[in-house]
Amino acid sequence: MIQVFGRFLLFMQSMLVRTERIKVLWKRVIDEAILIGVDSVFIVSIVAAFIGAVTCVQIAYNLTNPLIPKSTIGFMVREMTILELAPTISSIVLAGKVGSSIAGGLGTMRITEQIDALEVMGINSASYLVLPRILGAIITFPLLVILAMMLSIFGGYLAGTLSGALSGQEYIEGIRDAFIPYNIAFALIKSVVFAFLVSTISAYQGYYTRGGALEVGAASTKAVTNSIIAILLADYVLAQTLL
Amino acid sequence: MIEVHNIHKAFNGNPVLKGVNCIFETGKCNLVLGGSGTGKSVLLQCIVGLMKPDIGSITFDGTMFTNNKVDIRQEIRRQIGMLFQGGALFDSMTVAENTEFPLKMLTPNMSREERRDRVEFCLKRVGLENAGNKMPSEISGGMKKRVGIARAIAPNCTYLFCDEPNSGLDPATSIKIDELIYEITHEYGITTVVITHDMNSVVEIGDHIIFLHKGQKLWDGNKDEILYAQVPELKEFIFSSSLVRAAKRVEDEGGSLDQIRNEPAREV
Ligand SMILES: Nc1ncnc2c1ncn2[C@@H]1O[C@H](COP(=O)(O)OP(=O)(O)OP(=O)(O)O)[C@@H](O)[C@H]1O
Ligand SMILES: [Mg+2]
Repeated sequence: MIQVFGRFLLFMQSMLVRTERIKVLWKRVIDEAILIGVDSVFIVSIVAAFIGAVTCVQIAYNLTNPLIPKSTIGFMVREMTILELAPTISSIVLAGKVGSSIAGGLGTMRITEQIDALEVMGINSASYLVLPRILGAIITFPLLVILAMMLSIFGGYLAGTLSGALSGQEYIEGIRDAFIPYNIAFALIKSVVFAFLVSTISAYQGYYTRGGALEVGAASTKAVTNSIIAILLADYVLAQTLL
Repeated sequence: MIEVHNIHKAFNGNPVLKGVNCIFETGKCNLVLGGSGTGKSVLLQCIVGLMKPDIGSITFDGTMFTNNKVDIRQEIRRQIGMLFQGGALFDSMTVAENTEFPLKMLTPNMSREERRDRVEFCLKRVGLENAGNKMPSEISGGMKKRVGIARAIAPNCTYLFCDEPNSGLDPATSIKIDELIYEITHEYGITTVVITHDMNSVVEIGDHIIFLHKGQKLWDGNKDEILYAQVPELKEFIFSSSLVRAAKRVEDEGGSLDQIRNEPAREV
């Protein structure tokens, strides 16, 4: 375990020495960001909208006390989605999507000697292949999380009004009640940390793949499970320290 | 000239290379010959620095490569072109982009037009002028090898390494690939190292041949000398080819291969 962690740190370090020129690096980062971001918009949107809707319906179901104003439903949807559901669930979904694609992509490059080809050319393959993926993820995860926040609140609105649990007026009132801007900042910090974890863990798994196609599949699976565990651990640690 | 001095390499206690000494000469096709599993690929990986030898050293034109400073190793690596056993083309790029890639990365001062011309020239040199827009998944194995060669020579490499350039190719295509490597070597005075277990290549392009057996160099010489070599393992290797034995049979029966080949085909 400690050995693996040590190797992981060395891997991180190898990425930062002898990097490519900024221009090349920047172009690669943008390419990766587009790849990670655009491809994930659809799945993140769907998940976020439904999470918001389900949260709203369930809170409405549980809040039967007539003394509590209905706008509380909107308030609670906002608190739950912004603080926890949008960043964490989106990141878990992204761990599945982005993590497996990073690990699978790098693993394939490893077993087909493409990484060796880069090394022979005198290019630092870790910095050329991995660094842009990490930076791309760090740029896109927060954007996707912002989208997820908006859509989950919107999903809650639709579910609440269409099911007749509360009026649109009441929902919006709840959404605007006692708003703490820091919560948004906290969620974005979380998303950056999750982006870093998912991309580095998956890259590590893929980059050190040995063997054949079977091992590439195994590396992808391992990348996703390890990323999700890391996300949940980090979620807890961040909540303890930053809230 | 590349000098390989006393290379040892073992995996988990299993020795694969046991003290290999050899020289690869400038401007020549240097062949490393040997059976499967004798450590040819391992030797090559040690030379280009993808693997670290346990003992021993390698120098490129007098500059120490093994255990030298990262900058110097990097400098040498930038002069190395390599053709991998499976081609190792970047599968997210087209054939032309693959060829352009080392130029983009290694010669930042080159203008876009110069790069395009160079890519065009290299692709033409390997006979693929019309395949520039294809993806690696859309071309055949032989074409992949040719793209691999084009990519390797694009930045004017000083050293060219080829790991089994004609494995998995039909005899006619592999001769073409061999000829290509041979011509390029002599045209540009490159130090070329070709790993092979194909006797066709040996007699075709072997300017300087090194015979590896069980991790040791047993013989070296050129293609004219190899048939007369007095090393039992090498003899075994050469004459184990069924084609050689078939030819022998023809001659024993009083025929000649030339005669059979030039005979007009009979109507069936
Ligand atoms: N990374 C590695 N880890 C452990 N053993 C290895 C490794 N690479 C090669 N070997 C072992 O070294 C020996 C030589 O392998 P090598 O690939 O050099 O053979 P080769 O001469 O290139 O054969 P072929 O002609 O089939 O390509 C083999 O027995 C192989 O099992
Ligand atoms: Mg081999």
